Amino acid sequence: MVNKSAHIITEDLNLWFGDNHVLKDVNIPVYDRNVTALIGPSGCGKSTLLRCFNRMNDLIPETRITGKVMLYEENIYSSRVDVTNVRTKVGMVFQKPNPFPKSIYKNVSYGLNVRGIARSRIEEIVEKSLHDAWLWEEVKDRLHESAFSLSGGQQQRLCIARALANDPEIILLDEPTSALDPQSTARIEELCLALKDQVTILIVTHNIAQAGRISDYTAFMYLGEMVEFGKTKQMFTVPKDKRTEAYLSGVFG
Amino acid sequence: MNNFKELSFKTVTYIASLFTIVVLLGIIFSIFLGGTPVFQYVSLTKFLSSPSWHPTHDPPDFGILSLIIGSLLVTAGALVISIPLGLGSAIYISEIASQRVREILKPIIELLAGIPSVVYGLFGMAFLSPFLIRIFKIPTGLNIFSASIILGLMVVPIISSLSEDALSSVPKSLREASLALGANKWETIIRIVVPAAKAGIISSIILGFGRAVGETMVVLMVAGGAAQIPSNIFQPVRPMPATIAAEMGETVIGSPHFYALYGIAIILFVITFISILITEFIVMRKKR
Ligand SMILES: Nc1ncnc2c1ncn2[C@@H]1O[C@H](COP(=O)(O)OP(=O)(O)OP(=O)(O)O)[C@@H](O)[C@H]1O
Ligand SMILES: [Mg+2]
Repeated sequence: MVNKSAHIITEDLNLWFGDNHVLKDVNIPVYDRNVTALIGPSGCGKSTLLRCFNRMNDLIPETRITGKVMLYEENIYSSRVDVTNVRTKVGMVFQKPNPFPKSIYKNVSYGLNVRGIARSRIEEIVEKSLHDAWLWEEVKDRLHESAFSLSGGQQQRLCIARALANDPEIILLDEPTSALDPQSTARIEELCLALKDQVTILIVTHNIAQAGRISDYTAFMYLGEMVEFGKTKQMFTVPKDKRTEAYLSGVFG
Repeated sequence: MNNFKELSFKTVTYIASLFTIVVLLGIIFSIFLGGTPVFQYVSLTKFLSSPSWHPTHDPPDFGILSLIIGSLLVTAGALVISIPLGLGSAIYISEIASQRVREILKPIIELLAGIPSVVYGLFGMAFLSPFLIRIFKIPTGLNIFSASIILGLMVVPIISSLSEDALSSVPKSLREASLALGANKWETIIRIVVPAAKAGIISSIILGFGRAVGETMVVLMVAGGAAQIPSNIFQPVRPMPATIAAEMGETVIGSPHFYALYGIAIILFVITFISILITEFIVMRKKR
């Protein structure tokens, strides 16, 4: 069943964009080889929290962060940590598919080239990653065509393949299906379920039903606070907090 | 009423654009009208391939090879200087500088584009040339080298601001994707941002080329003016625009020399026209 060792744990994580206090004393575990869903109304800080886990918020000027994000034993915000190293261990897939204007093959090999992986191994890793993202059969005959020749859903799976090529421990997905049609969405949901044996998944979603379908754990955020965290089944049947209950029943959001 | 407004607006803008096209065609037509008679005196092949330009000798020599070579050499030299400076500053402004530094640097570079070319020429004659004579112990400071430097400085703002536009319009999502895959800032710039802006950067270089080839005042003042095929970069040359500008005032309208100068104008026009076509082609291909 579910493995209880936490992969990421935040400790009193606070974040400000300028004067805007966006994350307030957030404590959340992300369990190893599980799917954790992050839900909550628009603007509550889901994306911001997700972007704390691979330090993407570092790019936004006037950002201040206190507290810890422990990736296993290591606080990824400690000064000794190499950010690029964190980002290879913690992959990310964005809301809108954002393939590079390069060939399908080069999209997947990009991270490998950057990390200086031996040429002889790259081809094999690219193929495996495309397999793992369920894209191989569709693209094996057109690897050197532009990534833009793919459909939106295929592009998003390419982005997943690109992240998988780095052999990450965790993949962060920020509303990965919100720009996709229902069929492509279903495929990506199934893919998430298949991938969780191999990699820990943290997914932000606006779609409560989606969280119910694919996640083992759910975290509900409201106005920058982590209101409730628990097993998805439990939370969806008997939410502990009034606000969670209201959100799940569609009162706001 | 509204319909009338719309219609009159349409008509006015239509006439304005039609007028521009008519003027342009008129200019092209007049260059060719003025230039083609020269081929009664010299064949096109000889015109292009002979290096001796002695328009006032008897009989005159109308070979413009040395002028073409002069133009191409100073233009190439200008690009050698302006590409690294222009592209480098574009990358710095677009990718590295803070908001504040960017707000200071951008207008400065645009200001550089607003300086009249005669001022650049003066700077070349009054400062650069004596300086080069002292440093390199050469007989003249007005030569390929100095003209390339001055032309290069003139072209920097063109390459810089157009490349900067191209770099800045690369979507943020691509940079984020690259960084999220563990690439650092430099890898992201070199491997993702610059290639994604390639079409715009190449267009900016071709536009810079066109500007340098056609620039008249600077080469007239700084290139030295000798119609010869140079053997090193410290020798003076006589680029095509400088030849036209220097000699047009001394010729008799309707003389062979007069036609020959127009002939040079045709060649210049063809070169810049082709460079603009290439740019359009690149932009069009990128849009598809
Ligand atoms: N780049 C930024 N600079 C400044 N403030 C930002 C930035 N990004 C987000 N914010 C602010 O942080 C808060 C949380 O935003 P965030 O994007 O994390 O919300 P979210 O829960 O992901 O919302 P949504 O469901 O709409 O995606 C908002 O108040 C937003 O205005
Ligand atoms: Mg969001």
